[in-house]
Amino acid sequence: MRIPILKLHNYLLISIQIDLDDQTAIQFQEDLLSKIHENGASGVVIDLTSVDIIDSFIAKVLGDVVTMSDLMGAKVVLTGIQPAVAMTLIDLGIHLQDVPTALDLEQGLIKLRQELEE
Amino acid sequence: MDFQSCVNIKKEWDIVGARQLGRDIARKIGFGTVDQARIATAISELARNIYLYAGTGKVCFEALEEIDHKGIAIIAMDNGPGIQEISQVMEDGFSTSGGLGAGLPGVKRLMDEFDIHSEEGKGTEIRVVKWLR
Ligand SMILES: Nc1ncnc2c1ncn2[C@@H]1O[C@H](COP(=O)(O)OP(=O)(O)OP(=O)(O)O)[C@@H](O)[C@H]1O
Ligand SMILES: [Mg+2]
Repeated sequence: MRIPILKLHNYLLISIQIDLDDQTAIQFQEDLLSKIHENGASGVVIDLTSVDIIDSFIAKVLGDVVTMSDLMGAKVVLTGIQPAVAMTLIDLGIHLQDVPTALDLEQGLIKLRQELEE
Repeated sequence: MDFQSCVNIKKEWDIVGARQLGRDIARKIGFGTVDQARIATAISELARNIYLYAGTGKVCFEALEEIDHKGIAIIAMDNGPGIQEISQVMEDGFSTSGGLGAGLPGVKRLMDEFDIHSEEGKGTEIRVVKWLR
């Protein structure tokens, strides 16, 4: 299974709509990094509105995606994290502190623009 | 106690299968979305540990029904290498696989009860319970 990555101007948009297994998560990480490289994207929004579970493995993959994209010169914003998911992440002791987040896709794009202008 | 069902953990996809079945059972018992997410996450952690460290094993679910108390028990068992030092693996950040080391201490915080039995060379059994409030 592959997660579609959409291109919008300089940005890449991803909406994760499936229950992520480990293989799909790793595949997504690779796909996104090569898309950033191909398109010279400066920003990425990953929308998690439909994701109802983030365990330690998926959290690690997402955190790594943010760090790796950053190294390649693209800012990542995570959007739409469900309240239940936020609470379980805290129980897991995962804080995603350095990861920019926003309420929804629209806010995510606004945040991205702000971050990139700074 | 009225039923028990199990998912064999053999391949990576079984981790997803286990947490989806567990979430369904939790919903039927009456858990709300936040507790469903906690339970599904705990199952995911236990199932992945089986897959990663023991290779194969199983995760079983039990609906608990007492007079004034309902809940779900999750039992994860394997015949893998076992855990040498339990206090060490219960520490946040301890991992032998380059993971976050958040799994087991996380499961303990996500659930209400946590019991672990492990014997080196024999395997590991972890039983956790969440009560409906
Ligand atoms: N079923 C098991 N059999 C043998 N060893 C295990 C088992 N479960 C956990 N362990 C050991 O306990 C350690 C801690 O497990 P824990 O789930 O807390 O962290 P992790 O799996 O290393 O990383 P994370 O879960 O954050 O991705 C593991 O690295 C592993 O050495
Ligand atoms: Mg683990």
